[in-house]
Amino acid sequence: MKKILIIGATSAIAEATAQSFAKEGARLFLIARNTERLATQATDLGIRGALSVDYALLDVNDRSNHQQALQRAIETLGEIDVVLIAHGTLGNQTDCEKDSETALLELETNAVSTIALLTKLANIFEKQHHGTIAVISSVAGDRGRPSNYVYGTAKAAVTTFCEGLQARMFKSGVHVLIIKPGLVATPMTEALSMPALLVADPNLIAADIVRAIDKKTDVLYTPWYWKYIMAGIIHIPTALFKKFNL
Amino acid sequence: MKFQQSINGWGRYPVIKAEVHDPFVLSGVKAALQNRGQGGLIARGLGRSYGDSSLADYVVKIRKLNHLLDFNSKSGVVTCNSGISLADLLDVFVPMGWFLPVTPGTKHITLGGAVASDVHGKNHHVSGCFCEYVESIELLVNPESVLLCSRITHSDLFHATCGGMGLTGIILSVTLRLKPVSSAYVNQKTLKAQNISEALELFEVNHTSTYSVAWIDCLSTASSLGRSLLMVGEHSSDNILAGASKHSLTIPVDMPTSLLNRFSIQLFNTLYYNRITKKEVKNRVHYEPFFYPLDGIHHWNRLYGKNGFTQYQFVIPKEAGKVGMTKILKEIVASGKGSFLAVLKVFGKQNDNLLSFPLAGYTLALDFKIEKGLFSLLDRLDAMVLDYGGRLYLTKDVRMSEQTFKQSYPHWQQFQSVREHYGVKGIFASYQSRRLGLDT
Repeated sequence: MKKILIIGATSAIAEATAQSFAKEGARLFLIARNTERLATQATDLGIRGALSVDYALLDVNDRSNHQQALQRAIETLGEIDVVLIAHGTLGNQTDCEKDSETALLELETNAVSTIALLTKLANIFEKQHHGTIAVISSVAGDRGRPSNYVYGTAKAAVTTFCEGLQARMFKSGVHVLIIKPGLVATPMTEALSMPALLVADPNLIAADIVRAIDKKTDVLYTPWYWKYIMAGIIHIPTALFKKFNL
Repeated sequence: MKFQQSINGWGRYPVIKAEVHDPFVLSGVKAALQNRGQGGLIARGLGRSYGDSSLADYVVKIRKLNHLLDFNSKSGVVTCNSGISLADLLDVFVPMGWFLPVTPGTKHITLGGAVASDVHGKNHHVSGCFCEYVESIELLVNPESVLLCSRITHSDLFHATCGGMGLTGIILSVTLRLKPVSSAYVNQKTLKAQNISEALELFEVNHTSTYSVAWIDCLSTASSLGRSLLMVGEHSSDNILAGASKHSLTIPVDMPTSLLNRFSIQLFNTLYYNRITKKEVKNRVHYEPFFYPLDGIHHWNRLYGKNGFTQYQFVIPKEAGKVGMTKILKEIVASGKGSFLAVLKVFGKQNDNLLSFPLAGYTLALDFKIEKGLFSLLDRLDAMVLDYGGRLYLTKDVRMSEQTFKQSYPHWQQFQSVREHYGVKGIFASYQSRRLGLDT
């Protein structure tokens, strides 16, 4: 039975992934900031088959509480087979352009907090000599685009950090999975008007994540076609790219 | 989170602008209700009601309130937030040997929606409506109060809420009794009927079958009027609870409105009817294709083009019988507007829920794309249905008149009294409730 820690557990992708793990009879430890949602989510996952579900409240931007939350997870689970880092916000790009504090808060939530958590988790996993660190980054980090480059900057930082971590942890037998979802129908994206054809269901993303963890994939584009969309976007010459409003 | 959005029902007609709230915790639902301005508010699940039942000035989506809250593995009684989908319930509980006691033809609806529509399925003649298996409902009637209603507590509110189209409050959670099964498979038998009277006779002969439904060709005429394929089924007892058919197809964009015309539909119907050459065929199928044949085609509502469509579903009492059904069918055939996917079924007796649709008799459901001349045909059909003492299904309806509604739903005044008693009238209101004269 797998022991799984999920940070940002109430996000749509994390919740769908947790349900998959619950079905396999995993032991789960959930971390998120919404206590109302967490309480019923824990009950839900128990009914779906999780062997145990515990949770702790944490606002990831309160970095002084990181250690305590992780400590509780380790005390409860014993060791961690899989950690999934899934928290994030998709701030309004225009607001970020008007106010530097808003932009920096976006970086705090999506990059700084993740890097802080990963630093602690890496040391834990290095001692364990096994397990998977799965981090939800984004296709947005592959190239800065005018529509969401602040969010993209944060995700680029996370991706780059994880690439380095991947090579470091490999030597200790720890798998680091970088997850790059495309457009997903979640609370985070619903204010956007997205091309319906390209929007994926969180359950589909969750199934891809579970498979990638099993297969020890390094980088997961999900759904799969985003690998090719982003390959296209990355290779558009800058002179031309500047003219678009992607 | 709230947005001014364009929304529509499954029929994609009409499309309206609404302030849409999409909370993921209960306090968000209460806040949406608290901060409502002028105008009616309605809860919305997965938006599968066809017409304007889930359209209002303020729409609160409940799909994110989707947690399982309690389950008794001995009795099969489960309590869930109302936003959970039937698909999700099946995924969780079929492997444990439990099935939905009643299911409509799609699993992509929420539990709250199933209660608000008091949905029926292929087993109505033996098992009744969905709400027969609902033990209790938690209903938000105002931002400060959640009422637990059941057949014992607030029973008037319970019977108004089951089938009440969301007009009594926001259904927050539902306690439902599941049905034990020992297989995810169904033993299916398909029978061929050459016309409507043979089809209705076959229903009679097979009345002890747990599930029965007929696909009916609404374009064939004369002696083949109402030729049908009757499908009956029983849960298999082979102890195979796993497995699912995952094949799916998506209609990616709107089809041209001219795609579905008299000839293409006639071709489809003839091919479909003749896919079975024998009088009777038996096979074993997974529950998904048996109960949810159209769920395999995502966005099939796009087939009808950008103007949308409506599904006309009526029931006429048993006494009206073959004569009534034949007369109405003739009118539909003569119009040439009939569609594929017409479904015929025999209902069992009606229940005590004030606005529940089914009554002992025959029901026919068929799609019509929205086009010129359609509504006058439907008005003519309404008159015939009313003459026979029948009525239309509110969940499918988008255009019936106030008069038609009030004449055919005899408990509407009692429904209004309950709403007044609990102080919910006018607060929870939809485009439909205004059209039907239940709200102003």
